[in-house]
Amino acid sequence: MNLMGRERLKRYSLVGPEAEHAVVAGLAGGTDWFRSDMPRKRMKELMRRSDYPAIRDTAIWLGAMAACGALGVVFWGGWLAVPFFAAYGVLYGSSSDSRWHECGHGTAFKSRWMDHSIYQLASFMVMRDPTVWRWSHTRHHTDTLILGRDPEILVMRPARLARILANFFGLVDVPVALGDMVLHAAGRITAAERTFVPESEQAKVFRTARIWLVVYVATIAACVLSGSILPAMLIGGPRLYGAFMLSVYGLTQHAGMGENVLDHRLNTRTVYMSRINRFLYWNMNYHVEHHMFPMVPYHQLPELHEEIKSDLAPAYPSLWAAYKEIVPAVLRQLKDPTYYVHRELPPGAPPYHPRSDGRALALEPKRSS
Amino acid sequence: MSEWIAACAVDDIDPEDVIPFRHDGVDYAVYRSPQGEFFATAGHCTHERMPLCDGLVMDNTIECPKHNGRFDYTTGKAAGAPVLVDLRTFPVKIEDGTVHIGIG
Repeated sequence: MNLMGRERLKRYSLVGPEAEHAVVAGLAGGTDWFRSDMPRKRMKELMRRSDYPAIRDTAIWLGAMAACGALGVVFWGGWLAVPFFAAYGVLYGSSSDSRWHECGHGTAFKSRWMDHSIYQLASFMVMRDPTVWRWSHTRHHTDTLILGRDPEILVMRPARLARILANFFGLVDVPVALGDMVLHAAGRITAAERTFVPESEQAKVFRTARIWLVVYVATIAACVLSGSILPAMLIGGPRLYGAFMLSVYGLTQHAGMGENVLDHRLNTRTVYMSRINRFLYWNMNYHVEHHMFPMVPYHQLPELHEEIKSDLAPAYPSLWAAYKEIVPAVLRQLKDPTYYVHRELPPGAPPYHPRSDGRALALEPKRSS
Repeated sequence: MSEWIAACAVDDIDPEDVIPFRHDGVDYAVYRSPQGEFFATAGHCTHERMPLCDGLVMDNTIECPKHNGRFDYTTGKAAGAPVLVDLRTFPVKIEDGTVHIGIG
């Protein structure tokens, strides 16, 4: 690893110097973020929970997965299996991300047990320990894109491009997840995880890892015994071959945006997407709205967007439009890590939070050369 | 022995809702259950000090507006991650259409 790589990792490390600098600078803790004004009555309507939309969408999601998986098995060995496994892979390896996310917030369903069940299933599919990642995501919401605090920054400055590209097929996430699973099964967690997972929660991590390990060992054993990779095409494998849409969607959230700011309008994107993409992504494309009001269920986010869009920079009209900004921004950050996308607010919108310098280079004390 | 403080009028809170109340620099949350009973708790989530008055009341549950941690506001009991510490509760009485909470 070259010096730039080590310096970069240190800046984003949860156990590095930036973690303490963020606390000292008053950036950590998450109580002072900008939020649009919203009448309480309307907010209550938007926050209201319902089982119906998520039951409907989950039935379609799991039903489509079962149908595609079954047809993939039926046509296994021929080209006809390809489209069915492609669809199965995206539903398993990409859409599990949004189900994990919404059920992790506890907003998808009204019934707690339904939320919990789908959260456990989606966590397994996306290979994220349900306890570790619940706490990780809690921190992500408290300290979104705060260096040394946010464990879920996908695109550093400068970006680790090879990793990002490899992750379109899970080639980083999956080995890391499997390594963590083995570590957790052995009753240990990483130093970074220890900063956000309370000790009282760690037993759950170890128990889940042991159960998952049994499932994956059984899947591998089934492959060996049957002399076919078909069992792995159904379990685990989709997190590799079907993960590309997870990256396509996920990178739009924050890549290239401001760091160390206290205003989600500066570090998060809302992107309009087609109906199919919004189904696969469970409306997570309304990401500024979600970060500002995490209590609002996914099925209400389009309405929330309509309520507050006059406070926000215009939403990106498509995935294509978002990537036309993301790719050049990330490439420019390879040479100039202080660069970030800064968008103009519409006339009349509340101004950005005073902590709005997204360059994020001021916290690290200068070293004498 | 509690000191009783007038917090709000009964009609200030909708059924199944919560409002903030501040006394001597301390924040409280005052609730009205769907059945019309009144309750009071500390004003901030025990997880990361978010104001509960912006949260969502569902039956006997208050959900924190930032990380969706849930408490039973009638007992203060934390319902699990990310809230692991119970919420402090305060006694409530109604007199002449006014909600009083017992502090101290």
